[in-house]
Amino acid sequence: MKGRMGKILTIARRDFRAILFSRSFLFFILGPLFPVVVASMAGGIGASVQGAAGPARIGVAMADTDTAMVTEARAALNQPLPRLPGTIVLDRPANSPQEVSAILKDGAGQGVAAVLSGTLDDPVLSGPQPRIAAWSGDVSLLVEEARRISATGPGQARQWPEIGLRPVAQPSQVDQTGGRIRTAQAAQTLLFILTMLLAGMVLSNLVEEKANKIIEVLAAAVPMDSVFFGKLLAMLGVSFVGISIWGGVAALVIVAGGASVAFLSAPAVGWPLFMALGAIYFACAYLLLGSLFLTIGGLAATVREVQTLSMPVTMAQLLVFFLASYSLGQQGQPVELAAALFPFSSPFAMLARAATDGALWPHLLAIGWQALWVVIIVRTGATLFRRTVMKSGPRGTKRGLFRMLHQSTRSFRQA
Amino acid sequence: MQQAMTQEPFSGEFTAAPQIATDSRPLAIEAKGLVKRFDGTLAVDGVDIAVPEGSIFGILGPNGAGKTTTLRMLLGIIDPDEGTRSVLGSDDPHRLANRIGYLPEERGLYPAMKAVDAIAFVGALRGLSVKEGRKRGLEILEAHGFGHIAQRQIRAMSKGQAQTVQLLATLVHDPALVVLDEPFSGLDAISQGKLERTIRGLAEKGTTVIFSTHVLAHAERLCERIAIIAGGKVPFHGLVSTARDRLPPQVHLETRERDGPWRTALPAHAEPQIKATGGALWNFSLEDGGVEPLLTALVEGKAGIQALSIERAGLHDAFVAIAGEAAAKQLDEETGLAAMNTAEAS
Repeated sequence: MKGRMGKILTIARRDFRAILFSRSFLFFILGPLFPVVVASMAGGIGASVQGAAGPARIGVAMADTDTAMVTEARAALNQPLPRLPGTIVLDRPANSPQEVSAILKDGAGQGVAAVLSGTLDDPVLSGPQPRIAAWSGDVSLLVEEARRISATGPGQARQWPEIGLRPVAQPSQVDQTGGRIRTAQAAQTLLFILTMLLAGMVLSNLVEEKANKIIEVLAAAVPMDSVFFGKLLAMLGVSFVGISIWGGVAALVIVAGGASVAFLSAPAVGWPLFMALGAIYFACAYLLLGSLFLTIGGLAATVREVQTLSMPVTMAQLLVFFLASYSLGQQGQPVELAAALFPFSSPFAMLARAATDGALWPHLLAIGWQALWVVIIVRTGATLFRRTVMKSGPRGTKRGLFRMLHQSTRSFRQA
Repeated sequence: MQQAMTQEPFSGEFTAAPQIATDSRPLAIEAKGLVKRFDGTLAVDGVDIAVPEGSIFGILGPNGAGKTTTLRMLLGIIDPDEGTRSVLGSDDPHRLANRIGYLPEERGLYPAMKAVDAIAFVGALRGLSVKEGRKRGLEILEAHGFGHIAQRQIRAMSKGQAQTVQLLATLVHDPALVVLDEPFSGLDAISQGKLERTIRGLAEKGTTVIFSTHVLAHAERLCERIAIIAGGKVPFHGLVSTARDRLPPQVHLETRERDGPWRTALPAHAEPQIKATGGALWNFSLEDGGVEPLLTALVEGKAGIQALSIERAGLHDAFVAIAGEAAAKQLDEETGLAAMNTAEAS
């Protein structure tokens, strides 16, 4: 004989199979294209967040005259080439890799991501390999301009100096922080896209059950909150199937295209744990939003009402995402704490934290906190559903959604 | 809790439920003072119900009377605002869900499911393994002559077939208590007869059956006990025979003579219809004294009895007397609509 968990799984299994083997599942799988485009267009917020890592600059550790020429050259090039990396004069030597590493570490606050040393005739750029490789052309231009200023002035034929590249093993603090923020940002965006794509499906779930008139069979056999949990589990399972398929396709595309995801810095907790936390926070975000949507959808009487609800629900999702994104640039500030505490933004904020901070105990607390809210929302939703939907006999004068909202508010007050 | 059986004399007016009377059997369902409000509207107002184990119990009343709300409270689908309920000895019906079968008024199954899978699914919700549910589903479909639709999707079935599948799904886990909400609605006459036989069969093997209906004929044929519900209240609860005994027998008499000393045995208000042939027709209630004094007076007074029938009151008459004319009229209209639907289904 089955217990309550067995019955929850019975409901979950039925829903899971019904969705997986339906024709509409194909459209569901093709669905991500739209939000990917939307997310790309909404990427503006990323730029402001990225700014939180500070601009990366070149620390100049040359002889005084050479340093002055380089600084002057940078100023001269600022107007035609504003995106050229900025420079900062260092007052310490950078002759050995150890000295460069120390500068990179200590100079993080000033944004030092690489060090230019040597002379104008024999310049050397030291720093993390990806950084110096990316900047070598810019530095060549900068040194050439400095040489022109120090020599006879404009008119001479340009001779692009060869830049000696000296990689150091340790990435600069600026690169590390910026990279991790980029990783956090990417993870947040992915989590948001997936949650938005997938949790919305739950909205119409109970409407279908009411249309099939089977909801009363379920409600008589199993407590309503168990029905809710069963349905959420099914949808979560479907979501993971979808993510597996999308992930697989994405991996194929990346491999086939000869690209890699190496542009993302390793998160603070390391990739394996980060992936695991990503899955857990996705489940939490999904269950939180899903339980809310299930409640709202359950109170709706028709598919039309569900469609009406879709817009405010999507907007609310966006607001939650913006809060979490904004908090990424405000680490350690109250807004980050608020984003981590507010149940619906908590998974996003905490996943970002996993990318930028290696501490694990906040995640244990956050997961427990989010799970608690899932239970609270499901219980509340089930109670509202029983009070407002599972009734018979004459109805009031208010109709449709407005009647439901009225009843919900009333029931909530009574509760 | 057992209470003494009471049989009150007919007063012609019922304002409160009489004391619940049951026999010595333990109670499968006992509810006291159930109250449910929806948006301030009193849907159920102090309902008391006691259903002995192994009995067939009917809840009778017009639509909107509170039948479904009462059943939903008994099953734990909704909670009462006031009052207590005990189902199979538990005040939490969900804890005993595996021993209860429920057929809701609004029938529904997943359209894409096959019949046997639908039965197995409901069985799984009631504690069976899916494998056992499928096995029993096939058996029960075969036993009811529906083996040929076992692998057919619900959406491909006729309405009657789908309803039968749902009824069988209600019974697949062999419940101790079966609750049926308007089980006869939408069924054709033949299916209604089959359902009546099924319900009797369940009771014969000890299953308690409680069903709601607005068609009194089903309750009259099937039920041992009934509760009449109107306006959210239960003005009568007890044996069907007790309900019928609330009304005196109806006498239809035809005499050759119009008058004589025998007339004193007839009620004072009884007025004859004079026949063209000279005799008289009398219709009256036999309220006091019983049959023997009436017959003696008619024979010894030489009334010249041409025809005489003494009929016990039917459940419909009892319902009119107990629930009131308005409720009875509504019930008649709904029964008429149901008959039309049945004819359509046939």
